[in-house]
Amino acid sequence: MKNAAKRIYVFLIFVFLYAPIATLIVLSFNASRTRAKWGGFTLKWYEALFHNRDILQALFNTLLIALIASVTATVIGTIACIAIVNMKRRSRTFVMGITNIPMLNADIVTGISLMLLFISFGFRFGMGTILLSHITFCIPYVILSVMPRMSHLNQSVYEAALDLGAGPLYGFFRVVFPELLPGILSGLLMAFTMSLDDFIITHFTKGAGVDTLSTKIYTEVKKGIKPEMYALSALIFITVLVLLLLVNRAPDDNNNRKGSKL
Amino acid sequence: MNKTKKKMLGIPYFAWSAIFIVVPLCMVFYYGLTDAGGAFTLENILSIASPEHSKALWLALLLSLAATVICLLLAYPLAMILNGKKKNQHSFIVLIFILPMWMNFLLRTLAWQTLLEKTGVINSILSFWGLPSLNIINTPYAIILGMVYNFLPFMVLPIYNALSKIDPDVIHAARDLGADSVQVFLRITLPLTLPGIISGITMVFIPALTTFVISNLLGGSKILLIGNVVEQEFTQAANWHLGSGLSIVLMLFILVNMVISAVFDREGEGSVL
Repeated sequence: MKNAAKRIYVFLIFVFLYAPIATLIVLSFNASRTRAKWGGFTLKWYEALFHNRDILQALFNTLLIALIASVTATVIGTIACIAIVNMKRRSRTFVMGITNIPMLNADIVTGISLMLLFISFGFRFGMGTILLSHITFCIPYVILSVMPRMSHLNQSVYEAALDLGAGPLYGFFRVVFPELLPGILSGLLMAFTMSLDDFIITHFTKGAGVDTLSTKIYTEVKKGIKPEMYALSALIFITVLVLLLLVNRAPDDNNNRKGSKL
Repeated sequence: MNKTKKKMLGIPYFAWSAIFIVVPLCMVFYYGLTDAGGAFTLENILSIASPEHSKALWLALLLSLAATVICLLLAYPLAMILNGKKKNQHSFIVLIFILPMWMNFLLRTLAWQTLLEKTGVINSILSFWGLPSLNIINTPYAIILGMVYNFLPFMVLPIYNALSKIDPDVIHAARDLGADSVQVFLRITLPLTLPGIISGITMVFIPALTTFVISNLLGGSKILLIGNVVEQEFTQAANWHLGSGLSIVLMLFILVNMVISAVFDREGEGSVL
């Protein structure tokens, strides 16, 4: 009885979380152009998607920005962690306080503050400004997921590697890096997801003519979303879902290792 | 490598955060505290007291508080149930909450329009069962629903993390010492998950308070929250001074929230990751 109630509760929350996603997937097969009525099953939007240069360009921009921003943020953030962990307590608290600002501050404030910076210093708005902004809000996610592993790291192991003749770089990549890897990967994944899903900061820091999927959708809202967009988001979602299921089907010990990832 | 050399590794990040975090914030303060001629003024900040702006702020506060409370009430039992599952499902559970983010946030919110419309999916189901229809689209209730929908994962994950860190032996000990379920919950589980709760509240309340997208998409164009006002000052009215002044007011709320979280979460235990 109690278990049944629990199951129903979890089920209802999942319906709540996934109902809009199911709606979008259904709409991608809707032959009618409006969202309001069902006009029969069709695959034409999927075909149209591959001829829609605007949407494909926006998809390309979104993925490129997310990839460059999350990798750059991971490199800068991980290296910064090595420095932060070796700092005195007071300066460490100070740096972590600054790091927390983009996470705790409202996206709209981060967005307009960066916009004011770019305008005042004469940056040309476009891909460059979007990238700089995305790297800025991605770094904290990396630092916050690498830091716990870094501070639990046993320094003696690294020193032992040096005593045994490893150079600093070799020692780092053979001894420290594998220990940090789960944290680094989860930071990277987090940063990539955040960059992919961001609208607000991109909205304020993009120039005319450059669009990510989010900003493209936002401008389309008033004239009506093109059904190709539903087709695209359905494809993205299914791809990620399949990847997730494949990862989760991997053998158990593999699973346990991943368990510490997030 | 000695310590000084290791600290040098932080220079790229310190420079980055100075240029792209600290300087931009200073610019917001500069614009917010000056007028178009560059002279010092408090007018931009004080304009929050004007009827139009204070109404937008109150409505935003009201809706975001409601959304935060609903998120907490939904998330806590859910986190407890999920915590009862096997440990090796941890990453799967986390991914299930992150997965929706891979479908664009604007599209997901727009999908609620389709679900909530007068002749939408939910009303069709309700009328099929002979139930009264639900007309909440373009009302503040739809905005609350949009907030809860978008930010619920940010409440579930920190609470779930805090719960999964509790040593089961602590609970066994309390039980051995004669505590019943209610006592265990109130005196062991709840206090130990407080950092998670506080961090969840922060992660729901701040984005909900400052949103302009959700109110735009689900509230029609008539309902203005403080986020909408700020966004319009920057993108339509191009009055950066006024927009920055109102942003400073928003940051005051964020600051209050940060102080409260710092008091409750000294160890920095509550985190999403």
